Amino acid sequence: MPVTRNDLPVEGLDLTAQLAAAHAALRAERARSGLLEELSAALLGSLNVTRCAQITAELAATHLADAATVVLPASRGRHVTVSAVRGAQAVHAILTGDVDEVPGLEEALLGFPPVPSRWLDARSTPGWLLPAGMAPVGSVVVVPLPGHGTPAGALVLLRAVGSTAFDEDDERVARQFAGRAGLAVSAAQLHDRQSAITDTLMRELLPPCVGRLPGFDFAARYRASEDHERIGGDFYDVHPDEDPDGETLVVLGDVCGKGLDAAVLTGKIRNTLRALLPLAQNHLLVLSLLNTALLSTDSTRFATLALASVRRTPSGVHLRLTCGGHLPPLIVRADGTVEEAPTRGTLIGALPQVTASTAAVTLAPGDACLLYTDGITEAMGGPFGDEVFGEDRLTAVLGECGGMPAEALVERVQMLASDWIGVRDHDDMAVLAITAPRGRHLRAVGGHGRGRYTR
Amino acid sequence: MSPLPTTVTDELWTAVLDGDDLRAGDVVLAALDDGVDAEAVLLDVIGAVQRRVGQEWAADRITVAQEHTATAINDRAVAVVGRRARVEPTGARVTVSCVDGEWHALPARLLAEVLRLRGFRVDYLGAQVPTPHLVEHLRRTAPDAVALSASIATRLPTAHAAILACRAAGVPVLAGGAAFGSDGRFARLLGAEGWAPDARTAADLLATGDLRPSGGQGQAVDDLPHLADQEYTLISRNTSRLVRTVYGGLEQRLPAMARYTDQQRRHTAEDIDHIVAFLVTALYTGDDELFPAFLAWTASILEARHVPPGVLDPALDLLGAELRDFPRASRLLAEAPRHATAPERDGQDG
Repeated sequence: MPVTRNDLPVEGLDLTAQLAAAHAALRAERARSGLLEELSAALLGSLNVTRCAQITAELAATHLADAATVVLPASRGRHVTVSAVRGAQAVHAILTGDVDEVPGLEEALLGFPPVPSRWLDARSTPGWLLPAGMAPVGSVVVVPLPGHGTPAGALVLLRAVGSTAFDEDDERVARQFAGRAGLAVSAAQLHDRQSAITDTLMRELLPPCVGRLPGFDFAARYRASEDHERIGGDFYDVHPDEDPDGETLVVLGDVCGKGLDAAVLTGKIRNTLRALLPLAQNHLLVLSLLNTALLSTDSTRFATLALASVRRTPSGVHLRLTCGGHLPPLIVRADGTVEEAPTRGTLIGALPQVTASTAAVTLAPGDACLLYTDGITEAMGGPFGDEVFGEDRLTAVLGECGGMPAEALVERVQMLASDWIGVRDHDDMAVLAITAPRGRHLRAVGGHGRGRYTR
Repeated sequence: MSPLPTTVTDELWTAVLDGDDLRAGDVVLAALDDGVDAEAVLLDVIGAVQRRVGQEWAADRITVAQEHTATAINDRAVAVVGRRARVEPTGARVTVSCVDGEWHALPARLLAEVLRLRGFRVDYLGAQVPTPHLVEHLRRTAPDAVALSASIATRLPTAHAAILACRAAGVPVLAGGAAFGSDGRFARLLGAEGWAPDARTAADLLATGDLRPSGGQGQAVDDLPHLADQEYTLISRNTSRLVRTVYGGLEQRLPAMARYTDQQRRHTAEDIDHIVAFLVTALYTGDDELFPAFLAWTASILEARHVPPGVLDPALDLLGAELRDFPRASRLLAEAPRHATAPERDGQDG
C-alpha cells in the first residue's frame, strides 16, 4: 500500500524503484559470490602453478572481461603468461616484451597497490599482451595476485572496444577474485619450491638401480613403510669394480627406525661405505671402521648390515658374505635347495667392538643368493590377519624358485610379502638377489658382450 | 612392413620359458631386422606370449614360478625393442601407471612403449603405484592424460580412489586392463573419462585428444550411492575375522581336513580369503555378475588342478550364515551356484 500525502502516492514510486534496485544489487552480489565460489572450488583441486593460472585466466575471461592474462613472477629472467579469450582454452607463453611497457603491470608484480583503471590508457596496451583472437582493447584493469608474503603474479583484464568499460565496482570484484587466485597460486609455488628441495636431497637417498654386470645379475626391490614415501630405514648399494674380474661390493642394511630420520642416516652409512671401498677385501675391517664412525655421530641409532663381495670365476660366481647383526643371506640352488649362509656378526653402531665371520660360497649357473631385511620375514598379516610371514614361509617360497632370474626372484618375494600384509601397516622392506645366469657366464667376457645392459 | 611369421612367437615362447633372456632379445631383434613393425613386435609377439603364459598357468601346465620368470624375460624383451626404436617425443604427455596393489605391470609397460613409439611423451610409473605418488606426479608434471591399468577386479576400489584423485587434479583418466571388465563397464561406473580394450585402441584414443577432464570434486559415494548402506565398509574391515571363522567352520564340517597337509591348509585359507575379497569387490561395485564370474573362473582353475570345484561350496554356505544380516551380501552368496560333487580336497592340488 503506497504511502500518501495530500492523496498523492509520492514515496510509492521511490519504493518500487528502490526495491527493484535492491533486487538487482542482490542478484549481482549473488553472481559475484557464485563466481568466487566457483573459482575457489576449481583452485582447491590443484597444486600446480600453471593449472591454477589457467583456471584463473579462463574464469576471469568468462565472467569479468573479454580476455584475461595471468603474468607469473619472473623465473630465470622470464615471465610465464597464461592467457584466455572468452570461450577458448587458456594458452601458455613466455612474455616477450618488457613488463614496464604495460602501465600498472610492473607495480602489480612488485606487490604495490593496484593502479586505478582510469589511469591506464587502453590504447597503449602493447600487442604482445593481447591473446590471439582478442579484439582491439577498449578498457584495461591490472591487479596484483597477492601471495603469502611475496606477490604471486598479476592479472590483466581486457575488455574490447564496444564492451562496457571497467568501473570501480568491477575493479573491486576483480581484486577479490585476484585475492583468492593469488593465494592458490602462491600455495602452488611454495609447494613447487619444497618439492624441488626434496627432490635434490632425495636423489642421494633413493635406492639405486641395479642391473647386470659381466658374469652375474642383480635385482632389488624396496618398499618404504610409509607408502607415500620412497625412502626409509632400509637401504642397499652395489659398487662394481672397474676391473670386470675384480670384486663387486654389495651392501644391504637396516637402520633402526623408519621415516626421514632413518633415511638420512642410511645416506651417511652409504657414503661412509663408499669411502671404505679400498678396504673391501677385509669385511671385518670395513664393519669396524663403520662402527667407529657411527658411534662418533650424535645419533643413537644402530644398523644391521650384510656385505657380499661378488666375483666371477671360471668355476662360477664366488661370494664372500659377512653379516653384521643382520639376517644371514639365503642361498637358493637351481634345484630348489635353500641354505643359510654360515656367517654371523654383531650390530653396527651399538658397541665399541664388532665381531663377524665371513662365509665363502660359490654359485653355480642357476643358483642365487638372497639378501633381505626383516620387513619381509616380520610382515604381519596373511589370510587370518595375525600371522608373521616368517623365515619358514620364505624358505618354502624360495624352494619353488630354483633357477629363476634375479628380477623374477625379487618380484616373487616382494609380491608375496606385500600380499601377505594387504592394507595393514608394515616396516620397510628390501630384498636383493645375486644370481649366476644359466649357461651364459662365458658370453660376457670382457664386459662388452651382448649381455651387458643395466636398467 | 613385413607380415608377422608365426614362428617368431613360438621362438620367443621357447626362449621365455627357458628363462633365456639373451635368446629372447635375439628373437625380437631378428624380427625387427626382418622388417616387422616395432608395435607389432610388442603387441603381437611379446603380448601374445604373455597371454599364452597366463593361459598355460591357468591350465596348470606351468608353475607360478615359471610364470614369474617368463614375465621377467618378456619385460627384458620389451626393453630391447624400446632401445632399438627411438622416436622424438613431440606429442601429448601421458602418465602410464598401475593401480596400487597391481603387480601385473606388463600390459601397462607395453602400452607405455607403444605410446613412446607413436611420439607421445610418456612417464611410466610402473607397478603398484600408491595413489599419493600418482597425485604428486600429476601435480608436478600436469600431463594431458593418465592411463591407469588394473588386471584383477579386487583392485577396483583402489582404482576408484585413483580415478577420483585424478579428477580432482583435473587430469582425464583412460582406464585399461581386465579389472574394468571385457566391455569396460567398470571404467564407466567409476567415472573414468575413457576406456580401451587393448593398447592399440588406447593409443588411438589418446591421439584424438578428445579425452577431457570431467571436473568436479566427487567422492566414492557420489558414483556409487549404494555404499551408503555400509555393507562394503563393515565387511571389508572384518575380512580377517571372517576368514578365520569360515576356516574354523570348515574344520568342523569336514573331518577330512584333520588329515590335510600344511600346503592344503594354506590353500584352503587362501581360497576363503579370495572369495571374501571378490565378495567385497562385488559389494563395492554393486555389480551382480562379478562374484559369479569369479567363482566360475576359480572352478576352472581348480578343475585344471584336479580339485573338484564343489570344494568351495561349504565355505559359501558358512559365509552366508556369517553375513545373514547383510542383504546384498546374502543375496550374492545365496545366488552363487553350488556343485553336486564331493567337497573335499585330495592330495593332488598344487
